[in-house]
Amino acid sequence: MSTSTINTTNTYSENGILYPSKVMLDLKDLKKVYPTPKGDYVVLENLNLQIMEEEFVTIIGHSGCGKTTMLSMIAGLNPISGGNIAILGNPVKGPGPDRGVIFQSPSLMPWMTALQNVLLGVNQVFPHATKTQRTDIAKYYLHKVGLDGAFDKKATELSQGMQQRVGIARAFAIKPKVLLLDEPFGMLDSLTRGELQDILIEIWNKEKITAVMITHDVDEAIFLADRVVMMTSGPKAKIGDVLNIDFERPRTRKSVLDHPDYYTYRKHLIDFLEH
Amino acid sequence: MKQEITLKQESQKLNVMKPITEFFKLKFGKVNFLKGFKKTGITILSILLFLGFWHLGSKSLYNKEADYKIEKALTEQGQAAADAERACIASGESGCQPNTLPSPTQVWASLQSLIADHYIIKQKKDAFATKMEATNQKLIANGKDAIVYTGRASFIDTVLTSIKTVFAGFLLALLIAVPIGIIIGLSPTLRSAFNWFIQIFKPVSPVVWYLLVFMIVKTIYIGKSSDNAFVISFISVGLCAMWATLVNTAMGVASVDKDYINVAKVLKLGTFQKVFKVILPSSLPLIFTGLRITLSVAWMVLIAIELLAQSPGLGLFVWEEFQNGANDSNSKIIVAMFVIGIIGFLLDRLMLMVQQMVSFNKNEGI
Repeated sequence: MSTSTINTTNTYSENGILYPSKVMLDLKDLKKVYPTPKGDYVVLENLNLQIMEEEFVTIIGHSGCGKTTMLSMIAGLNPISGGNIAILGNPVKGPGPDRGVIFQSPSLMPWMTALQNVLLGVNQVFPHATKTQRTDIAKYYLHKVGLDGAFDKKATELSQGMQQRVGIARAFAIKPKVLLLDEPFGMLDSLTRGELQDILIEIWNKEKITAVMITHDVDEAIFLADRVVMMTSGPKAKIGDVLNIDFERPRTRKSVLDHPDYYTYRKHLIDFLEH
Repeated sequence: MKQEITLKQESQKLNVMKPITEFFKLKFGKVNFLKGFKKTGITILSILLFLGFWHLGSKSLYNKEADYKIEKALTEQGQAAADAERACIASGESGCQPNTLPSPTQVWASLQSLIADHYIIKQKKDAFATKMEATNQKLIANGKDAIVYTGRASFIDTVLTSIKTVFAGFLLALLIAVPIGIIIGLSPTLRSAFNWFIQIFKPVSPVVWYLLVFMIVKTIYIGKSSDNAFVISFISVGLCAMWATLVNTAMGVASVDKDYINVAKVLKLGTFQKVFKVILPSSLPLIFTGLRITLSVAWMVLIAIELLAQSPGLGLFVWEEFQNGANDSNSKIIVAMFVIGIIGFLLDRLMLMVQQMVSFNKNEGI
């Protein structure tokens, strides 16, 4: 088992030579303050985190500790009170399609079909592609999430799980640099949740988009992540501990569960959450 | 590919069939049939009860007025006059009938006479048209206005005039209220700038709107021979009724689900796309709820406004019958009341259908 400091950099080999991988997402001294009538409420303070290219990071922590605040700041939907966030060295100024977001609720436009919902983003990101090309991209990702027969179904006609599949397709289809997932499976039953985790990791294995995912589920955190980041409870939440998950990829659920380190990882996370 | 297309067609065909099969299931499913029968039975029973109470009520009112008339004749002119009065009332002669709430049968008779009257007037109109055909052609050839029939309008004509007016007013309300509602919904600054305006003018009575429109339109039409009653009444109706749509549209646009706005932000949609792809579709249900209220308000204020504007619709019909005070006037007023009610109900159903068509959440709206 290996725990490590925040600045551990993964390395990958090419032609037998080791290169340090690039920092995709850099959070430096991040601070978030909400003014209240009784004075300022500091949600996050001195939060430092670096996420490498092609890395999958899950974030766990108690409810209300500021995980979602952090994620929405990375997405650019929530202004930063102090410190900074940079993507490949460029500071984040507001939202943009270089960061795909999968929200907790599927947030599909209910008056649009599954295909139209995905196209909404695709049209925006690939304005110079032909209509057929854009439709093909949208259809490809809907196919990847297993919605072949549901292209023309209205969002309201889909089950919660299927809606979230469209949400996943929509996020991947815009080819973002970073994927931000805010407890995307929190509202699903455990069977559907497992299915969607498999779908997510299958697409991710192919696309290798840097991903930051918030979750409450310890098993989900271990199964999906290269690193699990544990946040301390608020106020003034920061990174409490980081756990490297050294399972090989591609992983299957069974191989992960059978791995001798699995329960050590699990215990580590639960000990952190319960202490 | 080909197979895919045929599959699609098949599924479309199935989709077309679906409502029909569903309808049959609904109508002829055994349980539903019984349920439906029970429901219709209760409705019919309540209608019969209503007619019964109405009949008894009108009868007692009739007797009360008849007794009073006889009593009055007795005290003022003596026994002979009272007997004459009693005989006169019993004979059913129109001159001495009590003038009170008509009974259901009287109202039914009036409805039939109004319909018969419509055909008589139609015949007169046609006769007039054929008589004047040659003259009118000459007049038109000389660049003059043709002579049109200006006789009394039949009841059915008044109904049609009213419907025309209400739709013109509704259209006006839609054209004013929806665009303004969208604009003030989008901008909080404009919303607060317009708020006092809406709050002050929303509760103004139809009569006052009529007077305001009258002041303006009268001046615009000054020196022209054409009749402006229709224009005045539909503008007044539109102005009275547009507020519900204005407020609902602004509210719908201002209160779009934050998730949708976040999606639009993350995808960096332009303003045009954001408004037409996200904000407007999501506020359509509320806009249509507003339009539905607008149409029912328009129909309600129409009667009062037609009366004031002397526009030959149902409002004027009711007022003229009241002034007329003829033997069957009261029952004609009640006929108009039912026609107004039924048309109002049908208009509301129509709007409800449209509203459900645009509503993406089928559980919303009643």
